Amino acid sequence: MENNDSFMNMPDEHGHFGPYGGIFVAETLMEALTELRGAYEKYLGDPDFLAELDADLQHYVGRPSPIYHAERLSRENGGAQIYLKREDLNHTGAHKVNNTIGQALLAKRMGKTRIIAETGAGQHGVATATVAARLGLECVVYMGEVDVARQEANVYRMRLLGAEVRSVSSGSRTLKDALNEAMRDWVATVDDTFYIIGTVAGPHPYPAMVRDFQAVIGREARQQIQDMTGSLPDALVACVGGGSNAIGLFYPFLDDKEVAIYGVEAAGEGLETGRHAAPLCAGEPGVLHGNRTYLMEDKDGQIIETHSISAGLDYPGVGPEHAWLKDTGRAKYVAIDDQEALDAFHRLTRTEGIIPALESSHAIAYGLKLAATMQPEQKVLVNLSGRGDKDMHTVAAIEGIAL
Amino acid sequence: MSRIAARFAALKAEGRTALIPFITAGDPHPDVTVGLMHDLVDAGADIIELGVPFSDPMADGPVIQRASERALAHHVSLGDVMDMVKTFRETDGETPVILMGYLNPVEVMGYETFARRAAESGVDGALTVDVPPEEGHDLIQALRGQGLDAIYLAAPTSHRQRLEMIAEAASGFIYYVSLKGVTGSANLVLEEVERKLTEIREVTDMPLGVGFGIKDAEMAAAMARIADAVVVGSALVSRVEANASKPDKIGAELKQLLQEMRQAMDAI
Repeated sequence: MENNDSFMNMPDEHGHFGPYGGIFVAETLMEALTELRGAYEKYLGDPDFLAELDADLQHYVGRPSPIYHAERLSRENGGAQIYLKREDLNHTGAHKVNNTIGQALLAKRMGKTRIIAETGAGQHGVATATVAARLGLECVVYMGEVDVARQEANVYRMRLLGAEVRSVSSGSRTLKDALNEAMRDWVATVDDTFYIIGTVAGPHPYPAMVRDFQAVIGREARQQIQDMTGSLPDALVACVGGGSNAIGLFYPFLDDKEVAIYGVEAAGEGLETGRHAAPLCAGEPGVLHGNRTYLMEDKDGQIIETHSISAGLDYPGVGPEHAWLKDTGRAKYVAIDDQEALDAFHRLTRTEGIIPALESSHAIAYGLKLAATMQPEQKVLVNLSGRGDKDMHTVAAIEGIAL
Repeated sequence: MSRIAARFAALKAEGRTALIPFITAGDPHPDVTVGLMHDLVDAGADIIELGVPFSDPMADGPVIQRASERALAHHVSLGDVMDMVKTFRETDGETPVILMGYLNPVEVMGYETFARRAAESGVDGALTVDVPPEEGHDLIQALRGQGLDAIYLAAPTSHRQRLEMIAEAASGFIYYVSLKGVTGSANLVLEEVERKLTEIREVTDMPLGVGFGIKDAEMAAAMARIADAVVVGSALVSRVEANASKPDKIGAELKQLLQEMRQAMDAI
């Protein structure tokens, strides 16, 4: 394949994925981003850095994570064989740690002594607090007041790990506001502080850098499925909030044109209700949090509140590379509503003994739908991005049970 | 000559520093904004900076974010803000007005439409906080095509090469963010600001405004010694907030603070 036909050479030097991405921040952050870009470009090509990262991923995170043939689920569902990439087996229970390990090592190389992060459900906050504890770095996590209330266990976990959790009471008091607040902190503290963004959004170089740290998912899976079955999968499926687990799986397969790619957004109470978190399926392009991408916005360009049963998908934007993959047609973006996700949550739990995160349950739900339309000799690889322990309270509450 | 350039030229001839108050349009209610703009002019404002409310004002502190929230509770849109300027222009044809806000409402309206409507409404310039020069080309072209100034920020962290890029992109004046932080922060160090202004003057002849962290008359006067313009935002918006439930008191409150600043600045 000619290099200029490749889907793997984005972004350009200014951080653009076609019309998306870029650096849309106030002048007060430009120097910090320039410094970060320099470090990212230097260390992601540095054999010593990559060796340290690989060793940490192996011994601390527990990589490689296996792929698993969900035979019973596939048989009962009918159609294609379903394989799961088991990111739920990582230390801290989700894919988030792949990125926080990478960025924390970068912070250390840059001589930063303080880490900040934003978090929604708390998974990225926990993954950040975890690596900060290990490296002995001061850690502050911003979290919306609403999320602090509904994710008590993760708040406590972060505090156990030595992080300070700052509750954000501005705006809609959720993930997007936590991100705003973390940016404000960073503007004032750039000299000693590293901001670990948890997804493939934000200004350049974050979307590219987080993708590069998460691409270990797809690199492993691409090799593993060939070792296990002798060929590439017919389709990939992953849930998309900001989109880091999805891009991590998709990226190494982008030039395998025979592999269909599906990103699954949260349809919440249904796309037709407007109460969802599906900017790619039902939003418009705009600029938020430092990049141009698809957004949930009103006619005046104000960002609107999102709705999803899963806090990790409850974000009004999406990584710019997904926006570009959508427009180019290389990936398709679909949506799964709260009830479908919940059904898939129970179905995987009962048939395979694996309790998935509600986020990942969106991918499972679409994977099941898709597989049912395919042949038994075909393969669908679903990213099981996290485990469901954190969602016990949410699911129990829906069933009227107080834990 | 643009209204902004003309105003700076006139002030320079008088040996005075421009005083630029900021309020958020529609805060605490859309009905009071035009009246407050006239009050600001009466109290000595040379240029008015009018904030366009946005749901996610990343570069602003809590005071100005809450102002946006109060305005958005009344669904104040970018179009509404331009209509307010149009009404203001009915009785004030001279005081330059700058819109300050974030890109997304402009992006949704379209750059060309925004620039045309702004010019028709009597707006003189726009400061789009989250558009650095690198991403600003199309917006700057649209603004210039309508004779509007594109105001740009410079920061303590902007090194020489960036300052040159900013000077190239900007017109009207350059707004120097006097501290590392968001609007309304503390810890302003005068010597550091002065050093940086000297550095910026090496790359441009444009007037230099200083803002972020100017809270009272004393600080405004200190800044007036070294800058061409003093921008005051959070200190005014705090007074709007304190009187949000009695909007008829706001004008007098803002005038009092601004007059104190004006007098202190003119006394140096």
